[in-house]
Amino acid sequence: MSGAELLLDYLTRYFSVVLFIVIALGFGVVTLLASHLVQPKFPETEKLSPYECGSEPFSDARMPFPVRYYIFAMLFVIFDIEVIFLYPWAVVFDKIGLIGLVEMLVFIGLFLVAYVYAWKKGALEWD
Amino acid sequence: MVEVGIKIGLSITQIAVVMGVVLLTVMFLTLAERKVIGWMQDRMGPMEVGPYGILQPIADGLKLFFKEDIVPAGANKFLFSLAPILALVPALIGFAVIPFGPNLTVEIFGVQFQPFVISDINIGILYILAFTSIGAYGVILGGWASNSKYSLLGGLRAAAQVISYELNVGLAIVGVILLAGSLSLVKITEAQSGWFWNWFIFAPPFPQLFAFVVYVISSVAETNRMPFDLPEAESELVAGFFTEYSGMRFAFFFLAEYANMILVSCIAATLFLGGWNAPAPFLQFHGSWANLAWASGVFWFTVKVYFFLFLFFWLRATLPRLRYDQLMRFGWKVMLPIALGNILITAIAAYLFPRG
Amino acid sequence: MATLVFFYFAGVIVLTSLLVVALRNPIYSALSLLIMFFHVAGLYVTLRAEFLAAVQIIVYAGAILVLYLFVVMLLNVKREERYHQQFPIGAFLGLTILTEVLLLAYHRSSANEPALPLSQAARTMSNGQSVATGVAPAVGNTETIGEVLYSTYLFPFEVASLILLVAMIGAIILAKRDLFGEGKS
Repeated sequence: MSGAELLLDYLTRYFSVVLFIVIALGFGVVTLLASHLVQPKFPETEKLSPYECGSEPFSDARMPFPVRYYIFAMLFVIFDIEVIFLYPWAVVFDKIGLIGLVEMLVFIGLFLVAYVYAWKKGALEWD
Repeated sequence: MVEVGIKIGLSITQIAVVMGVVLLTVMFLTLAERKVIGWMQDRMGPMEVGPYGILQPIADGLKLFFKEDIVPAGANKFLFSLAPILALVPALIGFAVIPFGPNLTVEIFGVQFQPFVISDINIGILYILAFTSIGAYGVILGGWASNSKYSLLGGLRAAAQVISYELNVGLAIVGVILLAGSLSLVKITEAQSGWFWNWFIFAPPFPQLFAFVVYVISSVAETNRMPFDLPEAESELVAGFFTEYSGMRFAFFFLAEYANMILVSCIAATLFLGGWNAPAPFLQFHGSWANLAWASGVFWFTVKVYFFLFLFFWLRATLPRLRYDQLMRFGWKVMLPIALGNILITAIAAYLFPRG
Repeated sequence: MATLVFFYFAGVIVLTSLLVVALRNPIYSALSLLIMFFHVAGLYVTLRAEFLAAVQIIVYAGAILVLYLFVVMLLNVKREERYHQQFPIGAFLGLTILTEVLLLAYHRSSANEPALPLSQAARTMSNGQSVATGVAPAVGNTETIGEVLYSTYLFPFEVASLILLVAMIGAIILAKRDLFGEGKS
């Protein structure tokens, strides 16, 4: 294929993806709207109160929660970026030879240092 | 200009067919799950609607469609309506890059067309990873918007669980990418053609068996299925993040869960079990039947996907639910080192014994 | 057509970035940031940088924004008023950076030379085909990045892994007080 054909092919593929996203979004919105039109609506105070095993809800439901969720999200961000670096490496592994292997061993070594540090400091404990 | 129109028309038809098949499979799965678990527990499952209860999913769907959408007092109405859509859409659009059958190109009205994959992009597997992580938004926003303590806790738990196990999924697939040398799902499948020992789960020089186990367990956790269904654990959280949801919005979360199950099954079949490839070359149409090879390809792909779907049901019927601290410890302290070790060993083995 | 697509993406990016700072509810800000990330990824795709587009969504939308959402929910901020009082400082900084960007853009267009050596390397790597002439490289963007990153840019890559290690240690030390303070009390 020539260059222009390749470019057209590339753009067509992404166009199909975008088309799928638009259709899926449209499906979601239209289905909810259609259901909204045909359903009954009888709101009542009792029915609308948030479920709390039958007792009256007290205090704000959006209460502060343990900082631990935040720590795991932070660990995830850092590890996720490290994983991202592995993909291009894995794709070109055959082409870059020994240098690539050694390089990645160093990288994963540092990854392991970070991991062991987190483990030893108790950041991976939930309780 | 006519060509462009035909192309778009074909694309839309293809997308509609894929979405239709996925939604029909979801309907079928809701019945199949109740039936399979029923049989495993020596019950009959649904029997009332239609012969042997086969019309049950239609009855359920219609009922949910005509039910009242209750928005609890104090809820954020906009986010409450948005969350189900944010949960469902990522689960559906992942199917855009899944190859359901052989990589054929046919010509229809003078337009090149690949019938079994909507879009074979170079970064297929990363595209799926990217959108599965977006699915977490629907859950976490749905939990937060509901103004209910159970919902909030369920949403938070789901988000923490999904991101933890997503890391393991990301690590588990590196070995496969390394052996295939591509991120495109079509190319990954083509690299596994021939006999079943070329599938990446058995592939020389280093079988991706460990990666496969890590992937399957992590994807069960990512879809919030038993035994990892902590976000919706009914004994402690009522129904988790969708406690306050009713009607079609509830149905959307339900659809999203099952569509995600199908999606991860498709990925597992593609990455580890050779996708559309038959276990042995003589088990597909060949010789004078060679122009029907696509049919056997689609058949084998379906068989593999249903194998995983059955596994989901089986796990649900067999295993008790984990505790949340066990779940997190298992993800971070057991699955992650195994996946990392698999990458190291695969890389060294692939360097010492280069393929082909 | 290409310009139209560009202006769609760019327009939505500008609009949603403005909404991120203008909206009073931090959750809506986060959502508008999410839409922005998708459009930035779209821009990357039109520039044939597929891998960057995927990374944009995986890292920013899938990881960092979830962290933001956690923070917003953790602190239970109802409405954010503080930052709206800092408008003069923000406007001053914004204008300074805008001037800088415009100057840089002007100089680049007059020099007509790639500013980054990476893009130059990428051009030569992609089977000798020039990207500037609108011809797509035969090899994917991921392969190109891999080959350049793990040979020419070997050292920056290893430094990046060190920085990640430092970031990790920093994150744990910052969070440590809360972790162990709770456990002891």
